[in-house]
Amino acid sequence: MLDRREICAEVLRDRGPMLCVASLGAAAWDITAIGDGPQNLPLWGGMGGAAMIGLGLALAQPEVPVLVIAGDGEMLMAVGSLATIAHQAPRNLAVLVLDNEHYGETGMQATATRHGTDLLVMAQGAGISRTRRIASLDDVRALRAEALAMQGPLFALAKIDPAPKPLVLPPREGALLQARMREHLLGPSAHTA
Amino acid sequence: MESAPNAQATWPDDLYDLLKRHGIRQVALVPDAGHARLIRRCEADNDLRVVTVTTEEEGVALMQGAWLGGQKAVLLMQSSGVGNCINMLSLSAIHRCPMPMIVTMRGDFGEFNPAQVPMGQATQAVLEAMGTIVHRADRAEDVIPTAEATLKLAFNTFRPAATLIGQRVLGAKTFGKDD
Ligand SMILES: Cc1ncc(C[n+]2csc(CCOP(=O)(O)OP(=O)(O)O)c2C)c(N)n1
Ligand SMILES: [Mg+2]
Repeated sequence: MLDRREICAEVLRDRGPMLCVASLGAAAWDITAIGDGPQNLPLWGGMGGAAMIGLGLALAQPEVPVLVIAGDGEMLMAVGSLATIAHQAPRNLAVLVLDNEHYGETGMQATATRHGTDLLVMAQGAGISRTRRIASLDDVRALRAEALAMQGPLFALAKIDPAPKPLVLPPREGALLQARMREHLLGPSAHTA
Repeated sequence: MESAPNAQATWPDDLYDLLKRHGIRQVALVPDAGHARLIRRCEADNDLRVVTVTTEEEGVALMQGAWLGGQKAVLLMQSSGVGNCINMLSLSAIHRCPMPMIVTMRGDFGEFNPAQVPMGQATQAVLEAMGTIVHRADRAEDVIPTAEATLKLAFNTFRPAATLIGQRVLGAKTFGKDD
């Protein structure tokens, strides 16, 4: 089974302009462990919102690849947004679900994916035609290449080792997290507009 | 269509002009009859991205993403949809993200349908509980100034703000039982 930090390290290696939104909890700690900075938005709340934040961002910045990294619990809360994304069809948006079949952050209770729910099939059913099962780091590299080439919308699902990882916390001040990404994209005028 | 402004009302078209004047680029919505004309105007505009969401909380998250990327967005919904947004509005407080909402009221002045009343009566309290600055427009001539105040509050002071368009402006849906 794949290691979640190795997946994140691989998909964010040589990421170029790629922006990354990570859902609350383990996914946010993962991207922070790989390296924190203005191209990352690690979420502290808004469970169920990660994919739609990615959509709004992708529509606002159509020339910049956007990757959403979401837990399975996060994605299950937001399956409707898969239909919304399919309908909007932004070519610069990719969603990668790290499926440990559990709500890790809250004590490892089983999610529906533990009992047979397949989020990749749900994404296909929502109308996202480019889907990929991630079974190796080569698959991760292929996903990164497609995301950077903006061949989306993409949906990828990786079954991962559920063992918890050391906590690596990003800044807790959300205003900073938002402002630094806006400044990265828009320059100093981000704060005076 | 019922519970929608009559054809003589100009505020739906004026709302479209207002969104354009304020540089709105993304419009998230779950349809409501009261917003039908405004939605048609937005859909006909290639510079506005209309994002029909499956539940209103998606629209809240969309506004967060749009602002991160440097675009202004607005959420159009019926009062029932406000209930679907509650926790997602945390994003605005977490990041200080502007989140303007234009809400058409049900369960309000002269309501016919009992099912609309619980959420309609809770709409303002729920929004305010999440830190939203709420203004009501209960006369047609108040809609534009109120919505403009909402846009200014949201984008100039980085918070959620809402205009509630009262059912007195929209007319109450009667399912053909008009007496
Ligand atoms: C709306 C809401 N419900 C519940 C929670 C509690 N909660 C925080 S993280 C989490 C689990 C996340 O699970 P998943 O997305 O699969 O991430 P994992 O830690 O397993 O990688 C839950 C249920 C919350 N923060 N917000
Ligand atoms: Mg999980």
